[in-house]
Amino acid sequence: MGNDLLGWVLAAIAAWLSIGALGFIRPRSLAYVSHGLFPLGAAVGLALAVVALLALGVVPQSKVLPLGLPDLPFHLRLDSLSAFFLLLLGAASAGISFYASGYFRSEEGAAPGLLCFEYHVFLAAMALVLVADDAYAFMVSWEAMALASYFLVTTDHRIPEIRRAGFLYLLIAHIGAIAILLCFGVLQGGNGDYTFGSMRSLILAGRWPSVAFFLALFGFGAKAGLLPMHIWLPEAHPAAPSPVSALMSGVMLKTAIYGLLRVTFDLLNGQLWWWGVFALVLGLATALFGVIFACVQSDMKRLLAYSSIENIGIIVAGIGLVILFKSYGKTLLAAISLTAVLYHALNHAFFKSLLFLATGSVLHATRERSLGRLGGLIHRMPWVAWTALVGTLAIAGLPPLNGFVSEWLLLQAFLFTPSLPQSFVNMLVPLATGALVLAVALSAYVMVKFYGVIFLGRPREPNLAYAKDAGWRERAAFVWLAAGCVALGLFPVTVIAMIDPVNVMLIGSTALHGGGNWLLLAPISADRSSYSPLVVLVVIVAVVLLTIVVVHRYYHGRIRRAPPWDCGYPLQTPRMQDTAEGFGQPIREVFAPVLRIERHLPSPFDAAPRYEVKLDDHFWHWLYLPVAGSADFLARLVGRIQQGRISIYLTYSFVTLLALLFFVR
Amino acid sequence: MTLTGFFSQLLQLAIALALAPLLVGWVNQCRAWLSNRSAPSLLLPYRTIRKLFMKDAVVAEHASPIFRITPYVVFGAMCCAAAIVPSLATDLPFASAADAIALVGLFALARVFIALAAMDIGTAFGSLGARREMFIGFLAEPALLMVLFTASLISGSTSLPTIVDTIAHREFAIYPSLAFAGVAFVMVSLAENARIPVDNPTTHLELTMIHEAMILEYSARHLALIEWAAALKLFNYSCIGLALFFPFGIAVGESGGLAILGAAPALIAKLAIGGFFLALIETLSAKLRIFRAPEFLGTAFLLAVLAMLVNLLLGS
Repeated sequence: MGNDLLGWVLAAIAAWLSIGALGFIRPRSLAYVSHGLFPLGAAVGLALAVVALLALGVVPQSKVLPLGLPDLPFHLRLDSLSAFFLLLLGAASAGISFYASGYFRSEEGAAPGLLCFEYHVFLAAMALVLVADDAYAFMVSWEAMALASYFLVTTDHRIPEIRRAGFLYLLIAHIGAIAILLCFGVLQGGNGDYTFGSMRSLILAGRWPSVAFFLALFGFGAKAGLLPMHIWLPEAHPAAPSPVSALMSGVMLKTAIYGLLRVTFDLLNGQLWWWGVFALVLGLATALFGVIFACVQSDMKRLLAYSSIENIGIIVAGIGLVILFKSYGKTLLAAISLTAVLYHALNHAFFKSLLFLATGSVLHATRERSLGRLGGLIHRMPWVAWTALVGTLAIAGLPPLNGFVSEWLLLQAFLFTPSLPQSFVNMLVPLATGALVLAVALSAYVMVKFYGVIFLGRPREPNLAYAKDAGWRERAAFVWLAAGCVALGLFPVTVIAMIDPVNVMLIGSTALHGGGNWLLLAPISADRSSYSPLVVLVVIVAVVLLTIVVVHRYYHGRIRRAPPWDCGYPLQTPRMQDTAEGFGQPIREVFAPVLRIERHLPSPFDAAPRYEVKLDDHFWHWLYLPVAGSADFLARLVGRIQQGRISIYLTYSFVTLLALLFFVR
Repeated sequence: MTLTGFFSQLLQLAIALALAPLLVGWVNQCRAWLSNRSAPSLLLPYRTIRKLFMKDAVVAEHASPIFRITPYVVFGAMCCAAAIVPSLATDLPFASAADAIALVGLFALARVFIALAAMDIGTAFGSLGARREMFIGFLAEPALLMVLFTASLISGSTSLPTIVDTIAHREFAIYPSLAFAGVAFVMVSLAENARIPVDNPTTHLELTMIHEAMILEYSARHLALIEWAAALKLFNYSCIGLALFFPFGIAVGESGGLAILGAAPALIAKLAIGGFFLALIETLSAKLRIFRAPEFLGTAFLLAVLAMLVNLLLGS
């Protein structure tokens, strides 16, 4: 492989596009498309990950492609930030594509060939977003990404809810895109040069940097699912087929994080501290909001979608910290926070994809998305259940897996914040730390609910006894993603060394100051804080093995199976286990003001008693419905002059002409 | 890694394993005295554990392997925690592998596993217990973390031995932030160890139990390990409290074997006094309804946040 790494990235993008196009040769043949083309796509993803790994820390490479309008070619550039996100894209999509090769069935709604095309265009567009080096190329690929994912979301377009979810997604994606376009408009500073290179060298005057930052936060936030633009996520993720949900949640949300990082730290020169405070508060609010809603969901994919909102909130809160530290010149701390942000993005790509794919297998095996009708699947689907356990423990932030490492780094960054000169910011820290740890602790609640209700206990419905485990392609994808979670958890120093070029590029400092070695993670110094997941794991495993050996050696290993204790009450059915609603009930009670609860209680006189709870998002009623209502109202006003009769329109033209004659002359 | 360090590490783990059931026996004895009952033997927890190891394990028919590995994982996590908490000495080689945040993570790992095992049986009790345990945990865990953060702001480090070194070397005075944190810590410890205002370790009344509801299906060696792990958890929490707020007597720095041997009687004396106060709190208070528990823990959490704020405001 030569040194032209950008060329290899472009080759991967072209390969994806041509795999997509190949889908049209035999669009109806499931075997050809899913067993032939999707594994190829997975191989391309793996190759892209390898290229990206090589490109981390290499001098940026640029290219100009003569695409698009005559005077407006595509500028492309591969630097460490792009390379890091390309690595994330390649590694996660390799697993997801391989899973998809075993997942798609003929009854999916769209023809397999068409799905394959949309899927690979989506991947290629995401890769192009990451290497785009001018606003034009960026927006074209950004929109291609939004459109491709819209078509993927509406794969099952015969169901009205799915069409509605798709429309909502498209609408918010475009509101966000307008903000991003305006942001680039501000960044070019009036000289008409839309390449990122010229934006980098430009220093904006007055309030314009703040305008650009907030447009970027709004625009990319709409894609990432920040409050109050989050509402499309819990609609679109459950609507899409599971590999697409995994790709959108695990990877596409990260392109928005990439955009935010690119604009804030690369294109803008200098950051202001109060942007950081704003991002911090908004991120934490999003995190808490997402996790509280995740607690009370009863649809497994909606639960994961809200959990994605939470994780994005944590990432944006981390970006807020980076801005704060960088604006005060504390580059080492900024580098640690940025490491935490990137690490968490990478972790989320792995464990969230894993869990979304697991829900896909459960969905295929049981045709059931509602948690209240699942249960006991660990006996029927051991592969799915045990790999999902890894993802569950990782996302709950438990040592020694990967979710804990990024949370550990972020908490370290929070603990060092009091060294800032601004006393207001210092006062904010305890509250922000409290909010962050609350969100993390609640995510453990969510994940116990998710895993326990789906995989543990007894089947709540009789037909679950016929559920079949995932096929070998799906299993391979699970193992790949679960192994990623474990490796990212056990070797943090290696991973941070890999991320470090991004720190050097954006912050100008490395995060590995504390010495330490490959075994011991110590960001500042071993005295201040250190963590070694491998040692922790070895100790726990050693104690467990030792206990097992000792107990079995000196006592006995006899075991007897018996029915569970029924408390003297013989009529016990699986339906007496907690449902998803039941498990979330304490959280619903505690956070009742945050949720909009409509409850229907049965009265003693009901012939057919019925209990129903509907949980809604306040933002719908406070923000979206009023906006939609006023849009409707305005449309009705305009509708009044639209009579549909030709004579009336001729009168309008006549009046307009008269008015023009009078005013313009 | 020095030889003394290695020695004190092993000694500390051994003492934790050996003394943890004794602490439970002592608290039970104090509770009996305080409520005018005749006290059970101090060694009763040891006998219970031994008896349980002898018995045949009975496992529910549709229990998955998660149910069977959980006691070992919980026990392993608690041993790991016992190795980190500086109860005898601060020269602990293993403590650099896991700091205060990782300690809370280990407790969370044990909690999540035991909740999953409770749901694994598929009875109403198991899931009820799991739900309540996670409910208590979601407030107790942040509060504990905030208490540890207050201490780590004082010492500028999240490594427990460094925190204890720093606090032990300060002159004796009442520090407002530590006072707030101390109250919060006591409240969290009561909740986390299933003690009275939040849970009752001796109850088997369905409506009120939390921890007992989760382990209802365990028997024999599994139950023995869970009980031992619960005792270790109480021991660990007590040692964290003693190390943060009364670090006197702990062998600080790289002191020799003699200092460690001297630290052990000090630890036992402190634990005896602490255990008595725990029994006193339990005797004097009544159990809260489960929905009053968030208020209790919310207070603890806010006190801990306040402790951090006070620390930043006053710098002490």
